Amino acid sequence: MDYLVQQLINGISIGSIYALIALGYTMVYGIIKLINFAHGDVFMVGAFVGYYCTMAGMNIFLSLVLAMVVCALLGTLIERLAYRPLRNASRIVILITAIGVSFLLENLGIFTVGPQAKGVPDMINKESIHLFGDAYVDSLQLIVLGVTVLLMILLQYVVHRTKIGKAMRAVSYDMEAARLMGINVNTTITATFAIGSALAAAGGVIWAAMYASVDPLMGIIPGLKAFIAAVLGGIGIIPGAMVGGLVLGIVETGVMAVPGGSLWRDGAAFVILILILIFKPTGLFGKNIREKV
Amino acid sequence: MKLGKKLIAVTTVLTMAVGMVGCSKDAGSGASGDTIKIGANFEMTGSVAAFGQSQLNGIKLAVKEINDKGGVLEKKLEIIEQDNASKPEESTRVAGKLISDDVVVLMGATTSTNTLAAVNVANDKKVPMVTASATNPDVTFDSKKNKLNEYVFRACFIDPFQGQVMANFASQKLSAKTAVIYTDNASDYSKGLQKFFKETFAKNGGKILAEESYQTKDTDFKAVLTRIKQLNPDVVYVPGYYEEVGKILKQARELGIDKPFMGGDGWDAPQLLDIAGKDALNNTFISNHYSPQDPDAKVKSFVDAFKKEYGTEPDAMAVLGYDAAYMIADAIKRAGAADKEKIKDALAATKDFTGVTGKIALDKNHDPVKAAVVLEYKDGKQVYKDKIQP
Repeated sequence: MDYLVQQLINGISIGSIYALIALGYTMVYGIIKLINFAHGDVFMVGAFVGYYCTMAGMNIFLSLVLAMVVCALLGTLIERLAYRPLRNASRIVILITAIGVSFLLENLGIFTVGPQAKGVPDMINKESIHLFGDAYVDSLQLIVLGVTVLLMILLQYVVHRTKIGKAMRAVSYDMEAARLMGINVNTTITATFAIGSALAAAGGVIWAAMYASVDPLMGIIPGLKAFIAAVLGGIGIIPGAMVGGLVLGIVETGVMAVPGGSLWRDGAAFVILILILIFKPTGLFGKNIREKV
Repeated sequence: MKLGKKLIAVTTVLTMAVGMVGCSKDAGSGASGDTIKIGANFEMTGSVAAFGQSQLNGIKLAVKEINDKGGVLEKKLEIIEQDNASKPEESTRVAGKLISDDVVVLMGATTSTNTLAAVNVANDKKVPMVTASATNPDVTFDSKKNKLNEYVFRACFIDPFQGQVMANFASQKLSAKTAVIYTDNASDYSKGLQKFFKETFAKNGGKILAEESYQTKDTDFKAVLTRIKQLNPDVVYVPGYYEEVGKILKQARELGIDKPFMGGDGWDAPQLLDIAGKDALNNTFISNHYSPQDPDAKVKSFVDAFKKEYGTEPDAMAVLGYDAAYMIADAIKRAGAADKEKIKDALAATKDFTGVTGKIALDKNHDPVKAAVVLEYKDGKQVYKDKIQP
């Protein structure tokens, strides 16, 4: 029993980071139908900002906020320079550009800070909290889950209750019509990128705190996993990303918790992606929407 | 159209000019030919860049010393570096590139996986290759074909020995009866150590409770570690590389596993301390090629020279690179000419060469017979624990 609970905690803690990154993926996709492959690398930049802030003696919350601000600016910049000139190009062109931006960020990282993994000093004093039997949860795991849920609620609020959120939904529904109604489409898309990138940065800082190391290629795998989480929950749907992330984390941990299953983790994640794409391409939370003619 | 033709003409002229410049330069260096070229195929970037960089530093120090004393056969040694980005496919490519640059000996790579990727190139092109730190037996002796890799040599002990040393250390010094092995499934090195640890530990009457695996670049090990905790072994053997090992140690201690962890020379990099933190590193042991605290005089003078040159204490990679470079210089001297075949024969005949890591005599499989040390981490520092003769 304690074993199961402990594994469940492990799964939720990795799953909530996936969820955090998936939120940004899903948002950008929801608005401009672009799978932003550079998202994982924005996550990496966030982790590095968190690392340098910690080295400069800031606490985790200050590092988190600073990383989010820096990455929001970075996301805006990427959107302005790489995606906006291609606004009317075909989707595949933008997709390839996204992959290009991803490589650019990774290699800029290698160029500026070197390829070495850097050890991150403890950002908070981790305290293990004894639940019962042999099950422990540490304070960082609780913070991760808390931050993720909080940011998701905040995001839901922004999208459904604010003016900019209304603009986002309008642009997502029909970009041309939104423009006709006097919505500044470019500003709206920029805001989306800024928010999405800030979420990735939050994920990055938490990742750095949890696994105590940062390197320029660290964003690739979490980025892919978050993509799977977003597809699993239904890409474009905010609560879907949250649930998708948690489910993915728990499934991965579950697979590894079985004796002999330790190498099947990534396999399990990608099998989920394939199954979802075959049987429910719109994801767990997705609705079938008829193509408008 | 006209412009197009003009462009082509200009480009052609330019290309020819550049080509000719290139030619004349080549001819120049070829004619002077006062150096003996040694190709260095190393991990300058990527996941084990710390190894490649450190080893190349050791080699450069040795080459500098040799050249300061007049070089070998009245010629200076020249190192030609190429980065293999810690990837086996790049290592294969780099080895071929270096051979086409006319090197007489290849050095590298540091890890078994990357070295194995270059072995066939060296054999096919008949260029002697010396690896300073690849410990997998297959590097010099192809166990599948049951055939010696004629052109490949090494300057370090092999995995069976490292696995045996740690298994015996666990049984005798730590009185361990049960063990769990946690292997990097993507690494030939890790699997080699795992195999021989398992055999020796079982022979000593110990029991292996479970064999788990991870993959290079994994970050979350908690699921498997939680399972290991359930099994409650006396020791955990993690024969991996520092980046993942650091994370494993940190997460294991967070989950409350206070048992001793053991590993091999793959742990030996300063980054291990950064990633794991010094508390998590307590109560861990590794087998290694040398210890800077070894009281031996030769070790001391090397450590001093290295510190003077680079300002840091040399790790095992550096000392092995240093020894390998001297071993090659020694072989070239005995060969009497910078000729690939003669150097190969001279390397195979190495028997009374004394390096910093001890006396090196190559056996019939081109493997040195030499001692290993066991080190313990105490408050983030390696402490010399034991020296084990073969």
